Amino acid sequence: MAMSTPNAGNHPDALADDIVLRADNLRTHFIMGARAAKSVDGVTLTVRRGQTLAVVGESGSGKSVTSLSIMRLLAHPGRIVGGRLLYRMRDGGVVDLATLSDKRMRAIRGKEIAMIFQEPMTSLNPLYTVGDQIMEMIRLHEPVDRHEARTRARRMLELVEIPAPDKRLDQYPHEMSGGMRQRVMIALALACNPALLIADEPTTALDVTIQAQILDLMRRLQREIGMSILFVTHNLGVVAEIAHEVAVMYAGRVVEQAPVHDLFARPRHPYTKGLLACIPDAKRDRADDGTRKMLNPIPGSVPSVLALPAGCAFAPRCPLAEPHCETAPPELLNASPEHLTRCWRHELL
Amino acid sequence: MTDTTQTTQQPDAADILLSVRGLSKQFSTGSGPVKAVEDISFDVRRGQIVGIVGESGSGKTTAGRCLLRLVEPSSGEAIFDGVDLFSLPEKALRAYRRRLQIIFQDPYSSLNPRMRVRDIIGEAIDTHGLAKGAARQARIEELLTRVGLSPEHARRYPNEFSGGQRQRVGIARALAVEPELIIADEPVSALDVSVQAQVLNLIQELQRELGLTMIFISHDLTVVEYLCDEIVVLYLGRIMEQGPARSVYANPRHPYTRALLATAPVPDPTVRRERVILQGDIPSPLNPPSGCVFRTRCPHAIAACAETVPTRETVGSGHSVACIRQAELVETYQD
Repeated sequence: MAMSTPNAGNHPDALADDIVLRADNLRTHFIMGARAAKSVDGVTLTVRRGQTLAVVGESGSGKSVTSLSIMRLLAHPGRIVGGRLLYRMRDGGVVDLATLSDKRMRAIRGKEIAMIFQEPMTSLNPLYTVGDQIMEMIRLHEPVDRHEARTRARRMLELVEIPAPDKRLDQYPHEMSGGMRQRVMIALALACNPALLIADEPTTALDVTIQAQILDLMRRLQREIGMSILFVTHNLGVVAEIAHEVAVMYAGRVVEQAPVHDLFARPRHPYTKGLLACIPDAKRDRADDGTRKMLNPIPGSVPSVLALPAGCAFAPRCPLAEPHCETAPPELLNASPEHLTRCWRHELL
Repeated sequence: MTDTTQTTQQPDAADILLSVRGLSKQFSTGSGPVKAVEDISFDVRRGQIVGIVGESGSGKTTAGRCLLRLVEPSSGEAIFDGVDLFSLPEKALRAYRRRLQIIFQDPYSSLNPRMRVRDIIGEAIDTHGLAKGAARQARIEELLTRVGLSPEHARRYPNEFSGGQRQRVGIARALAVEPELIIADEPVSALDVSVQAQVLNLIQELQRELGLTMIFISHDLTVVEYLCDEIVVLYLGRIMEQGPARSVYANPRHPYTRALLATAPVPDPTVRRERVILQGDIPSPLNPPSGCVFRTRCPHAIAACAETVPTRETVGSGHSVACIRQAELVETYQD
């Protein structure tokens, strides 16, 4: 099926100057014999230079598979089966990450694009000190000796506000708290000064007071270093705090992308609207005398990626759905110049 | 017995279903004793939902388990309908176990994967000898329907359900024995928001229709503000602040409560709140700070805070705070 890409330039490989990454109809499937789990099946999104794009969705929406596709870290049998991932290198050249060779990809990971995960304990090596791991990353990409690498590693720990960095360099991950480990992950990710940081639920496992510290740190680093961030999360509260733009995913597709204020002020997809309506809000959901009103859940449940509906994947749960929605998958439409939605009936919202 | 009530009511002894006094729990570890819960007292009135909130290591889960004696408390009392649960011998406790039930956070690990749903629910009915034969069968079907599942689900195994459905099974199992008090330990934390709203609605329907009383343990301040009538804020095993939820949220008086509320993300990008970002990490419960346990992260701490453990001071109807500086700080809170 032909997909419209409203924000794309005329030339297929054109990438506007302020865009670092653009996914065009990315499709990543997990193929098991005759069956394919279409975990990502039409993701179109744009990350602008120096900005944070939050990718928000519930379990199974494909948000993590999208970020792993960009990093080309998909586990077997996951495979990019279609679409493009246009990325602007720091030297200005544009590459398609979807088709780049493994060798070129290795040079990009860490140096151009870095990633942090929800649980630092699973991505830090428990057998090496924090300092060794940061130094290894630096020396993998840059011709520096151990001494200089250690100096830079120490500077990285200072950058992420880890107290007593000299002592911490020689510690192992298990000797640190969850918040401290996430700071180490960030230091490791930023060690080679990447242009794009992919953060997959980086604060989900943290307590709220520690989450606030990490979000604060990421905002400060972005201001100082100017990196772009693709921030994957399920938490719309975190989205409101960190994002410049938001892409909402549902059943393997981006169903809406907009600047953060536009999205929260006037969601133009019924799924986004439904999500915002079902987060408890005492001011809205309790009467003046304190009596609770019932919440407005989205009825039903998410479709299986093994059996996606023919038309709009949200139609079976959508209060606005009409027969047309069940047969024709909506294209990405402009609700306004900067506001994209995959809903035929967005004008009703 | 008085009627179950909504939020605004004067405290009345007859209304109180559970009264917890001086609950403490120490664990001994290889590195020394850990005071997981220290001198916690609160009341739970009939028909109300009391929220216990806190971060990792706050002792909220341990406190909940002590009330059911799934973990044996070290000291204190829990007067339930006139009887101290903590001093009951094991045999007498069994009758009370039916009246207090627990719902767990993780609907994946709290249901036996080898048992069909009808046996999971039936086991609770059998343990307390509540129904047999056709009546038992009918009761299982009624419970499944009540929690929004269908009688056909009785034949299935837990792995055939989604997370939200499993949590409904967990709720049905708790309801099977007609409890008066349910302790819900992070019951919606593992669920996606759209499913979370479904389960929160179910909890409220049950509370209203069955007159249930509930202790709702959570780290999610947004959910607690919406759902709970009373709130208890824990930090490192101690109560920092407690009171009617509306009063505590409208007028938080402990620096920790204020920091928690200021850092909880709200889904509104136009909100620019006073940022109270706490420095540092939660201290190890193995080696808690002297005096006020919060002082090492408190932006208002003074030398005196290290000297004495603050006592609870009443700052409003049923609203109390454990902070020696609460009276002088209140003026700095008016921006």
